[in-house]
Amino acid sequence: MNPVQQAVIWLNDPLNWTNPGGILDRLGEHVSMSAAAVLLGCLVAWPLGLWLGHTGRGGGLVVLVSNLTLAVPTLALLTILPLTFLGFGRPAVVVALAVFAVPPLLANAYTGVRQVDPQTREAARGMGMTGIQVLRRVELPLAVPYLAAGFRTAAVQVVATAALATFVNGGGLGEIIRFGFGLSIAVGGGQILAGGLLVAGLALAVELLFALVERLVTPRPLRRSRRGAGRRAADAVAGS
Amino acid sequence: MSFRLSYRADPGNPWFSWQYVRDNSDTVLAALRDHTTLTLRAVLIAALIAVPLAVVAYWFRPLTGPILALTGVLYTVPSLAVFAFVAPYLGIGAATVLSVVVLYALLVIVRNTVAGLNQVPAEVREAAEGMGYGRFGRLLRVELPLAVPGILTGLRLATVSTVALVTVGVVIGRGGLGQIIFAGFQNNLYKAQITTGTLLCVLLALVLDLLLVGAGWLLTPWLRGRAG
Repeated sequence: MNPVQQAVIWLNDPLNWTNPGGILDRLGEHVSMSAAAVLLGCLVAWPLGLWLGHTGRGGGLVVLVSNLTLAVPTLALLTILPLTFLGFGRPAVVVALAVFAVPPLLANAYTGVRQVDPQTREAARGMGMTGIQVLRRVELPLAVPYLAAGFRTAAVQVVATAALATFVNGGGLGEIIRFGFGLSIAVGGGQILAGGLLVAGLALAVELLFALVERLVTPRPLRRSRRGAGRRAADAVAGS
Repeated sequence: MSFRLSYRADPGNPWFSWQYVRDNSDTVLAALRDHTTLTLRAVLIAALIAVPLAVVAYWFRPLTGPILALTGVLYTVPSLAVFAFVAPYLGIGAATVLSVVVLYALLVIVRNTVAGLNQVPAEVREAAEGMGYGRFGRLLRVELPLAVPGILTGLRLATVSTVALVTVGVVIGRGGLGQIIFAGFQNNLYKAQITTGTLLCVLLALVLDLLLVGAGWLLTPWLRGRAG
């Protein structure tokens, strides 16, 4: 029996879905820890990015942060954080994942504010707005397409990275793959492949969902030109 | 290769210990060597496939969109999932790690090479054409050299992320320095082992990146005057 047939059989067994530690449990863990990580990343990166963009300083910092996270292996961060005060368990995993969400969120927030037309900013100043008001009423709304693009990149990246949480017993869909590998390939080949399909499917589904959301929150006149720029800013961080 | 601790004098659990590095230098060096060769082979193979692919995308404009879209979609697939797709067929070993890592490096290099080639000014291309260069001559003598900065950016990003990605190979027991990190996790969270693996990873990425920057400096003599 080849691995594909094995995988189909494994996926068709209802117990593999509903058992404790089955697909549904793992999916829940995967989504909840990813959501928590992205949320945490937003809480840190957005205020910082918006503020740096508003003051026009810290461009170098943004680049440094994104380059540094590229070089640190996910596995290392996932194993190191449980050793700190965070302790062993879910919080450490969420923080580790959040670290990988920060660069795209930060870079897009920064770029989003920086790309606002200087004349618009000056006009707002001329109307008597304070710095905070300019940021909140002018720069922030104009940066929304960028924020959305960054959010999408971060969410997809975190969902993909969360598969590795299994190495530190953090749960998630990656567990299915690692258990399969634990069984040896001849026996667990089907489960390995099935787990791979589930993880890849979830990542692609998240990508599609947030592509749609990104489109919805971008006002129509901004769509064509800004979206390209938003992707570019995201790609600059995603490493391409 | 054995990743078990051979000797531990101090029962404490320091963040870094030379004692550990000295006592286990064989293991650490073996892992480092494995990591380095895997990375270099992966980037080399990826470059040999990616650059021609990018040239195809550059020559046949209608293909550019689909090729870049495909690389974008493949990039969203988690690395662990790709290991799961490949391992049942290629088994446990370097071939599986390499094919997964090559795939990710490929995507990065293709995108940057296409961008680099597209940055070649139209006048330059026309001038080369006017001098009688054919399609291949123009590519080899004019367009590719001018795209070197773009290709190099791709290679650098690919190398650095490959160093990080190889560690995921622990899932099939061939993760280079990832073995050290993971073994530290299993050895009752022995911090010195984890930190050693991590530091060597970051250091390896840094060294390879610097080497590529140096290579770029040698390859693009015409850019040197401008920077200063």
